[in-house]
Amino acid sequence: MRATLLKCSLVVSVTVGVFFALSGSASAQITRYQEDQRLGTESHIGNVTGHAKAAAMDYRRYCVGCHGDDGDGMGANEPWLDPKPRNFTLGQFKCRSTPTGTLPTDEDLFDTIARGLDRSNMPPWNTFTRQQRADLVAYVKHFSPKFQTEKPGTPIQIPPEPEVTADRIKTGQVLFQKLECWKCHGVEGKANGPSADTLQDDQNRPIKPYDFTDGTRPKCGSSDQDIYKIFMTGLDGTPMPSFADNVKPDEAWDLVFYLRTLQPMHSKERQIAKQLGLKPIDPNAPVPEATPAATPAPAPQQ
Amino acid sequence: MKTGYKYKLAALFSAFLLLGLGVMILGQKVDAAPPSGGSVAGTVKLDGTAPHERSIDMSKEPSCAKEHASNPVKVESVVVGSNGGLQNVVVYVTQGLSGNEANSTQMQTWDQKGCQYIPHVIALNPGQHFKVVNSDQTSHNIHPQPKNNSEWNKSQPPGSQPFDVTWANPEVAINVKCNIHPWMHGYMAVVKGPYAVSDNSGDFKLEGLAPGSYTLTAWQEEYGTQTQKVTVAAGKPAAVNFTFKAK
Repeated sequence: MRATLLKCSLVVSVTVGVFFALSGSASAQITRYQEDQRLGTESHIGNVTGHAKAAAMDYRRYCVGCHGDDGDGMGANEPWLDPKPRNFTLGQFKCRSTPTGTLPTDEDLFDTIARGLDRSNMPPWNTFTRQQRADLVAYVKHFSPKFQTEKPGTPIQIPPEPEVTADRIKTGQVLFQKLECWKCHGVEGKANGPSADTLQDDQNRPIKPYDFTDGTRPKCGSSDQDIYKIFMTGLDGTPMPSFADNVKPDEAWDLVFYLRTLQPMHSKERQIAKQLGLKPIDPNAPVPEATPAATPAPAPQQ
Repeated sequence: MKTGYKYKLAALFSAFLLLGLGVMILGQKVDAAPPSGGSVAGTVKLDGTAPHERSIDMSKEPSCAKEHASNPVKVESVVVGSNGGLQNVVVYVTQGLSGNEANSTQMQTWDQKGCQYIPHVIALNPGQHFKVVNSDQTSHNIHPQPKNNSEWNKSQPPGSQPFDVTWANPEVAINVKCNIHPWMHGYMAVVKGPYAVSDNSGDFKLEGLAPGSYTLTAWQEEYGTQTQKVTVAAGKPAAVNFTFKAK
């Protein structure tokens, strides 16, 4: 009788134990099977194919300290970092060539790893081989279920860069006023606009607009094409919206040229602005209606 | 086996197949038609004193501040009418739907007027279109922050064209904000099946429910959710009232 009771209780406790173990593993973030599936994630950079599996060692050695074991940005260094490391599980990225609300392309992630993010703790990883970086791109993607179910957005069309002219810079300045870039970035681009102090990112952490005048590089790259992409795609997860619906592809170049005049670096744009005696915009004055006769451009529309 | 028998069998089989397909297609048609008759009507009330809502200072945006000069705007997290009716509560069905309800094709509008979202809360079906409009003399950025849908952030300068958006997945509720004007807040509730948002006297009406039993959920941005069971019959609207307790 006693033996039966013992057996019964043993059976019951084992069953209960197995049940909890199973339910425990099911409620964990992802199962082993899903993890194995996701480790099959690939990336394609030109003729290089990246494999998530191959990046596991590099990630553990170089990335885990900030981005964490689970890619959620909660690595051991996280408490001391500002801006915070990216949470890869959300599948949301600032630096993209794709429209707001869509996933970045493999090249976008590849470029970010190589370039690093200025004014953050993310250094450029350009010492890695292309293969290593491509593998890391696949590894970054494997953290987010979004990359299993969604395709990256279609990159925005960037028309060939036209010649910088005084007219284009003036048109760009009108756009700067009309689109109200100054609300955050300030009339002189000093990041001191009326809304600058209240800005928050998606996790409700304070965030600063880019200061054009302090000589630093924009986070998502400093080429003319990079600046073009920044305001046409928006920096997802931050207050910086996409202006693609309201700026024509060719007009966007005028804005790029004007933004260059705000930066302290020597540039053709800055020289022209000096010759023109260009003054900062007056936000209280009405937006000039007739934009200066814009130079006819080849403008391959989307 | 004789070949004649084989053909007969094949003919019989294909006849059944056709019949089955026919039933499926007809069945779908029936489902796509607006479900007959039943509805639920009621009122959402607040029990207790409404919290004191602070006024919004729009002095940083003179064009909007001017619009509200005579009638200062207050925070809209709890809006109570004179009879204690609670406005902006989303009422929807969480249990009892057949799953074949067609999504609404009615176009809704999300307007930005006087640096406020009008309406403050909208409800939508997945895939239902809504139009984002800027009626102000200032730029806004529309920045919904969903958890279960893709987040985006678009600028809309004054005078620009409205744009058309949908949400793919159900989510109660998506917080929408404007980073340029940090006081601007609104919610979009994406739910399956019929839905209603309570009006300024707290009244709501859910229409197009087939007779049957349902669980209704009411969601309020400050007070969260409440559920109630209801049985809907054809013809007369079933009555359901919700009461939220003031904190």
